[in-house]
Amino acid sequence: MDKFTSHTGRALPLRRSNVDTDQIIPAVYLKRVTRTGFEDGLFAAWRNDPDFVANKPEYQGVSILVAGPDFGTGSSREHAVWALMDYGFKVVLSSRFADIFRGNSGKAGLLSVPVEQDVIEQLWAAIEADPATELTVDLEARTVTCGDLVAPFQIDDYTRYRLLNGLDDIGITLGNEADIAAYEARRPSWKPVTQGA
Amino acid sequence: MGKTLAEKVWDEHVVRSTEGEPDLLFIDLHLIHEGTSPQAFDGLRLAGRKVRRPDLTLATEDHNVPTLDWDKPIADPVSKTQVDTLRKNAAEFGVRLHPLGDIEQGIVHVVGPQLGLTQPGMTIVCGDSHTSTHGAFGSIAFGIGTSEVEHVLATQTLPQAKPKTMAVTVNGSLPEGVTAKDLVLTLIAHTGTGGGQGYIVEYRGQAIRELSMEGRMTVCNMSIEWGAKAGMIAPDETTFAYIEGKPEAPKGADWDAAVEHWRTLVTDDDATFDKEIVLDASTMTPFVTWGTNPGQGVALGANVPSPEDFSDPSDKLACENALDYMGLEAGQPMRSVKVDTVFVGSCTNGRIEDLRLAAEIIKGHKVAEGTRLLVVPGSVRVRLQAMEEGLDQVFIEAGAEWRGAGCSMCLGMNPDTLQPQERSASTSNRNFEGRQGKGGRTHLVSVPVAAATAVRGTLSSPADLVPAGV
Ligand code: SF4
Repeated sequence: MDKFTSHTGRALPLRRSNVDTDQIIPAVYLKRVTRTGFEDGLFAAWRNDPDFVANKPEYQGVSILVAGPDFGTGSSREHAVWALMDYGFKVVLSSRFADIFRGNSGKAGLLSVPVEQDVIEQLWAAIEADPATELTVDLEARTVTCGDLVAPFQIDDYTRYRLLNGLDDIGITLGNEADIAAYEARRPSWKPVTQGA
Repeated sequence: MGKTLAEKVWDEHVVRSTEGEPDLLFIDLHLIHEGTSPQAFDGLRLAGRKVRRPDLTLATEDHNVPTLDWDKPIADPVSKTQVDTLRKNAAEFGVRLHPLGDIEQGIVHVVGPQLGLTQPGMTIVCGDSHTSTHGAFGSIAFGIGTSEVEHVLATQTLPQAKPKTMAVTVNGSLPEGVTAKDLVLTLIAHTGTGGGQGYIVEYRGQAIRELSMEGRMTVCNMSIEWGAKAGMIAPDETTFAYIEGKPEAPKGADWDAAVEHWRTLVTDDDATFDKEIVLDASTMTPFVTWGTNPGQGVALGANVPSPEDFSDPSDKLACENALDYMGLEAGQPMRSVKVDTVFVGSCTNGRIEDLRLAAEIIKGHKVAEGTRLLVVPGSVRVRLQAMEEGLDQVFIEAGAEWRGAGCSMCLGMNPDTLQPQERSASTSNRNFEGRQGKGGRTHLVSVPVAAATAVRGTLSSPADLVPAGV
């Protein structure tokens, strides 16, 4: 997992609330056997509409999603986070996230940033007025900056620590390698093995 | 103060324990199948990690495999991709795999016990919720998600918050013809589908002690259907006798050392559970579901309930919806329900004892006109054993379809599915809408009820059958 300290990039204004994981990536894409390549499934139901905001030329190459409230509700599929990251998003902002989505995103290295709805409204206005507007999300300082607007956000210390250091769950557990090795050394010899007995 | 069985097994597996954090548990056995493992392996590949303990990992193909023409290439492209991916991953990461066509292939929860890999006092995980089956041996066994599969592959451990403990004590003996399946369906109707949420459950009491290992597996298998994290049964002589001599069971001095330890795996007399439920087995009867969750069940001799029978508004609504989906009339006798397809199989009831019981009831009878009977052994070994005993002939002579091993109609992912509005009596574990095929209507039943239903074409118990040849 890459370390996340601060990110600056252009943003996509998604003026929709209650975007559930089925809208982020429909179930048909779940049959795949890879961990990457889900960008084509992102917002699949909306993508064939030429007026959909993500299809507009001025919003190509964005890396921050500014979404409406209650983002990521519905089924717990981790693919929703993968699809957003595969598309190129590093950060999602919303005034309210579904718990499971927020948990999944932190684990995979996508920063989900909760800010007040009026901050979202100001960001939407700024980006729509000038799609070249850049936002900076600073995880160290816990702030979102857009021109003169500086909005603080909350994130729990543990998730922040993990993102800052680029640690996924497995990386953290492997940090306790010595404990695992010690446990393995004291397991009884009669415990079953599947090969190489 | 004493410890419960669950606490003993848990404590024996703690690698690391820190205040305010979940315990890091060592995993003794990680079972893998084609459905939930592809992305876990891909995650390892992306991070440049390897499988820490291939020698504690076992893979089998079950969820998607066809039970007909299994020697031909798999027709469904998605299933084929998943199976091919598992084969490629197992080879690349050095994991032992029992593929389609292998003598040890079968449903992952049938294969582990029959190889003797499932033993008392272990921690066992698999990317499948019915991993609870293995708890029948006195192990802590539970299902995990794909990212946890990756975690176990990479570290052979899993961070877990300690669940609460519950005792389900079933006193008395089950009457003749009433099975472990009836017991667990009765329990789930009693607790509701969420009653076990957050608990590791220990099943105990005379009726549990009197069950065979197959019966105990049936009970533990359905722990998840009432929301429990895991279900377990303390090991005893029945357990040891089942394991002894199995291919991967300990031998010689190892066997003695193992059994000595296993005998300590009982709940201490002065241990306390966070919750207790007591049931009486002697009053239990054949039990079947009428609705669209496993808690919506009644005695076979009873009638389809009415929404009026429920005081809770959400139960009332659930009943209305279920009757509508299932195409049933409130008040109609369960025995009057006509069934199109009977499915004997799955990790709940697809073991040799289940097939023996089904064959014993069906012998000399014919499957009713307009009803089809599908018999799907849980593993290739079960299939071969049944054939050695001539059970396949009994089924075929009765007009049943005798299939290859796999999950089959339990989840309808291979071509064995129900048509819309087609009704099944199924020995599997889930009766959710569409579980066995879009629009399909599932009644969960025991093996004897399934067999008798196949003969009569309506939900029945063996007591309803006119003896064969009369
Ligand atoms: S038989 Fe059914 S419940 Fe069991 S593992 Fe297969 S799909 Fe899951």
